[in-house]
Amino acid sequence: MMLSKGLKRKREEEQEKETLAADAWWLDPSLPAAAQAPPAAASSSLFDLSVLKLHHSLRQGEPDLRHLVLVVNTLRRIQASMAPEPTLPPVPSPPAAPCVADSLLASSDAALSASMASLLEDLSHIEGLSQAPQPLVDEGPPGRPTGGSPPSLGALDLLGPATGCLLDDELEGLFEDIDTSMYDSELWAPASEGLKPGPEDGPGKEEALELDEAELDYLLDVLVGTQALERPPGPGR
Amino acid sequence: MKRGSHPGCRPALGCCQGPRRDQLQLLHSPRGSVVRWRGQSCDSQQDALLAGIGVLTQDTLWCFSQVKGTIEIGATEADIISTVEFNHTGELLATGDKGGRVVIFQREQESKNQVHRRGEYNVYSTFQSHEPEFDYLKSLEIEEKINKIRWLPQQNAAYFLLSTNDKTVKLWKVSERDKRPEGYNLKDEEGRLRDPATITTLRVPVLRPMDLMVEATPRRVFANAHTYHINSISVNSDYETYMSADDLRINLWNFEITNQSFNIVDIKPANMEELTEVITAAEFHPHHCNSFVYSSSKGTIRLCDMRASALCDRHSKFFEEPEDPSNRSFFSEIISSISDVKFSHSGRYIMTRDYLTVKVWDLNMENRPIETYQVHDYLRSKLCSLYENDCIFDKFECVWNGSDSVIMTGSYNNFFRMFDRNTKRDVTLEASRENSKPRAILKPRKVCVGGKRRKDEISVDSLDFSKKILHTAWHPSENIIAVAATNNLYIFQDKVN
Repeated sequence: MMLSKGLKRKREEEQEKETLAADAWWLDPSLPAAAQAPPAAASSSLFDLSVLKLHHSLRQGEPDLRHLVLVVNTLRRIQASMAPEPTLPPVPSPPAAPCVADSLLASSDAALSASMASLLEDLSHIEGLSQAPQPLVDEGPPGRPTGGSPPSLGALDLLGPATGCLLDDELEGLFEDIDTSMYDSELWAPASEGLKPGPEDGPGKEEALELDEAELDYLLDVLVGTQALERPPGPGR
Repeated sequence: MKRGSHPGCRPALGCCQGPRRDQLQLLHSPRGSVVRWRGQSCDSQQDALLAGIGVLTQDTLWCFSQVKGTIEIGATEADIISTVEFNHTGELLATGDKGGRVVIFQREQESKNQVHRRGEYNVYSTFQSHEPEFDYLKSLEIEEKINKIRWLPQQNAAYFLLSTNDKTVKLWKVSERDKRPEGYNLKDEEGRLRDPATITTLRVPVLRPMDLMVEATPRRVFANAHTYHINSISVNSDYETYMSADDLRINLWNFEITNQSFNIVDIKPANMEELTEVITAAEFHPHHCNSFVYSSSKGTIRLCDMRASALCDRHSKFFEEPEDPSNRSFFSEIISSISDVKFSHSGRYIMTRDYLTVKVWDLNMENRPIETYQVHDYLRSKLCSLYENDCIFDKFECVWNGSDSVIMTGSYNNFFRMFDRNTKRDVTLEASRENSKPRAILKPRKVCVGGKRRKDEISVDSLDFSKKILHTAWHPSENIIAVAATNNLYIFQDKVN
């Protein structure tokens, strides 16, 4: 896993400089967070790294939920720090750090936030939970009241101890949790599956629905291709 | 000799509380004053120096005792130890590995001939606890890696332990056989059936002694109750039930019943997109069979009472320390994620391990821990790199000693740390083959964070992050510790004078 010490140290120095830049902004109490734009390069590389980690995590047959949740939460923090809030007053002074990656960020921001929303949807696909309520036999053990069993039981729950057989209705749902997100364009059209839109989806999900193959290619280029130009790819996993 | 009565006496150094003054030699150097045993030979000067310091400061001196495991560097991944646990008497020490095997060591009886050598641990039983499984519906392999082993208290001649992988918990019975029946009527000596026509007399089979055989048999298999990965198991103090916890749920089992369990905690949101927190560890209270705690990826601990309701989604106590604003970073949440939670033997405290610290909490104070110990704070400035190589997600365990006065946890570079809660002193030790001479005293290690690196110190950049000590165990009543370093198990004992 570890590269040779020389390579590792070099990488750390690079990352440390970026971290210091990012952390310095984050920690500086004298600067109100609203008025100071973050050094875009640092945050964006952390963002890209986190998105890569998320992709990698979701690509696993059974994602490590803890790892996934922590990466997603970190990604949200980074994204929140990168995107200025719409309710903020206009920034009087220009951002301190020259934003080399800003144009890229601005143009791909929509696509990136869409990709995040879709990645989170992948998770719900895998769990099969955002399907409409099905008339399922209660899978809970006797300790739980039947009424309290949520309608959002998904494919994974079918193999509970109380259900000895698979219900025909759920055959569709079963195959949904096989993650083919990297290869399916159906990924972008979840509405046809009868899903309940989640509260946080909002514009991100609508954009995901409208994306076609060209957008998908562009998205992958942004995440993988462009990054290859700027710096060497991260440690392969 | 009266305290302070001789020239050069240093009561602050503990002088005059230990050996006679004329046995020691006080030396001054730029690094401070040291004390040596007078007249020691060069070979053992290092040991003698450490022993001398130990006597004066009354610290525990740890010595190498044994190491188990393969020596070659190319050991397979299956040999990586994933859990270590002493049983309730300390007579047995169990390890589980990534290959699904359990190895149990037994302490040999102390012989009168070797009073200076405390009982060594030798292999008692080895068995394959879990096999890799394939889930055909989801097209995935279920890892056979043993996540946790927990012993049941001994109630008869046999030993019982629980071992678990990601999905299935098994109860194993480990028992000895030193007699076998001989003289069957219907079978011959090799076990082949005899022709009944040849049997003319009947005899009673008798038990004859045989070489000791230790056999492990699976007595119960608790399966199909966890959708997510099991991270903890904990035996209840009633010895009739136990719990298993995965990322989102905790189930209560009765040892006798394998086809059903009670779900007592469920934090799965209705919409998985709302998932922001998972369960990371859980443990029953050592004395109150209705109480248990579970920790989360957000650095919180919840104490629950099963008498309150069947489903313990509502906690009776909620432990969380407010975030330190001066230490905020993008990685604040990841490093606050609790990787282990352990009740003290007394049941009055809980100890939690997050990425950089170990914290001790009083059950009666929920708003902050009563003690915080820095394990490797020098990593705080390296969090970005550690995030990139995923080390920041490493899950370190922590343990109490028998009297709850010292706590221990692992770190990188095969270092492990001990914190004395009373004296507030801490020590960093290393589990390595170089320190593995019999009864060699372990030398305290020090990480240099910046500036001039002293001799014997190691700089942060030289730390080997692939050598991590995630699993350690402490004997329930003695100063014997077991430290798992990748595929090797080190056993250290305190120095017996």
